[in-house]
Amino acid sequence: MSSTPDAQQPEPKSVRGTIVTTVPRASFDPAGGAAQPEELLDVYLRVNGAEQHIRVPGRRLLSDALRHDLGLTGTHVGCEHGVCGACTVLLDGQPARACLMFAATAQGHQITTVEGLSTPDGELGPVQQAFVECHGLQCGFCTPGFLTTITAYLDENPDPTPEEAREAIGGNLCRCTGYQNIVKAVCRAAELRRGEQAPPDGTQTPAAPTERQEQR
Amino acid sequence: MKPAPFTYHAPADLDQTLALLAEHGPEAKVLAGGQSLVPVLNMRLANPAHLIDINHVPGLDTVVANDDAVHVGALVRHAHLLSHSAARTAQPLLRQALQWVAHPVIRNRGTTLGSIVHADPSGEMPAVLALTDGRVRLRSAGGEREVPAAEFFVGPMESAIADDELAVEAIFGRFPAGTRTGFTETARRHGDYALAGVALAVSVQDGPGGGTVGQAQASFVSVTDVPDVLDLTPVVGGAAVADLAGLADAVAEAVATHVDPVGDIHASADYRRHLAVVQTQRLLSTLVGATAEEEIA
Repeated sequence: MSSTPDAQQPEPKSVRGTIVTTVPRASFDPAGGAAQPEELLDVYLRVNGAEQHIRVPGRRLLSDALRHDLGLTGTHVGCEHGVCGACTVLLDGQPARACLMFAATAQGHQITTVEGLSTPDGELGPVQQAFVECHGLQCGFCTPGFLTTITAYLDENPDPTPEEAREAIGGNLCRCTGYQNIVKAVCRAAELRRGEQAPPDGTQTPAAPTERQEQR
Repeated sequence: MKPAPFTYHAPADLDQTLALLAEHGPEAKVLAGGQSLVPVLNMRLANPAHLIDINHVPGLDTVVANDDAVHVGALVRHAHLLSHSAARTAQPLLRQALQWVAHPVIRNRGTTLGSIVHADPSGEMPAVLALTDGRVRLRSAGGEREVPAAEFFVGPMESAIADDELAVEAIFGRFPAGTRTGFTETARRHGDYALAGVALAVSVQDGPGGGTVGQAQASFVSVTDVPDVLDLTPVVGGAAVADLAGLADAVAEAVATHVDPVGDIHASADYRRHLAVVQTQRLLSTLVGATAEEEIA
């Protein structure tokens, strides 16, 4: 996961325009990655409100473009075939699997990653805050996908029952918690969005380290 | 894992798409929603030399419900069709089945027509196309043709689409007024591929004691190679609704004979066959018992 063969290829001198060179099929070596430089595309992405330009092969997954090309490592990559939900980002406000999209396909859409869920002054967003209060995460690997999914869900259903909350997170896998606290966090986030105050005990737990790292 | 290298094309209109398919057809794959294709690419089960991304092609994202059919364009996402009120009124089975298609996040990107072209026997929408006697409209640089569901699904993951053709529209048939439809499936986790599933359409003529059953057809998910339709009319047609319970064994035999499940780590073939039988029996009795609503979720 840490190696990016494409990025290590020296950029050929002939790089001009959109298509650099075409890889003959025969030259592809499954064991060692592309034997020749791949053609690169100019891809323009709008991520968390900022315009970004990257130059990547057509096969670059959106999840990898966010992490490797843009350094937005809050989007996590788990199963890479759409099952676990860790890579979920918002595409025009709707949750989508970043591992099941090519960066080039995402052109023209507004992308929101977990880094974009905090408030403009850097405070935790309501869903993030609810996860802190309800202890909705343990190792935190699945958390970015939950946060984006729940953020979009609460736009649709601002006052879910615990049953509805369960349904809403059904497409995300967490291997630590058993989901109880995540369901609580969904309901708590709905309260926070409505401007309701902290729970009666008043304890505002400081943000967990994982959450802090994701603030960037 | 990552996809193998390919040449990425993003045609701006239908003509460009068809020209690309004419040029690269046998070595190309068409990308619409990508929720089935991209996993296949990521796992390198397929490595096409060319990928034709039709997401920027205008005119393919419309849903039209008319008197005899619901027309669904190639870029209509499951979520869009699920919330389309005219489509769900015209063919309630669409909504009934779509809510079983994967998870909401997958439905946001996945396309209904893409799922049909993928021809996965575990897919819900191929079964719906078959049961509604639907068809698929295919375009190529050379012209256009429509293929009925019965001829479209050739085998598991194999459809009748030619290398140079683009599926532009799924056309779902409508049932006569008074037809009751339903869909159910069993999965280890809601949203995962079904161990077994059934779509059912049944008509009931009003009469004393709850009326009589008219036509009844079923198609299945995950237990047949292709979603062919089982006509249950010879088994239950003409029976009084009140007597339906007595026909449970006959329905079971018809279903058990029709389906041909394959066992895997999730469930044995026998268990899948059992599920298909029980789902059909329950759905049938629920539907004929339903009087006011023709739509049973």
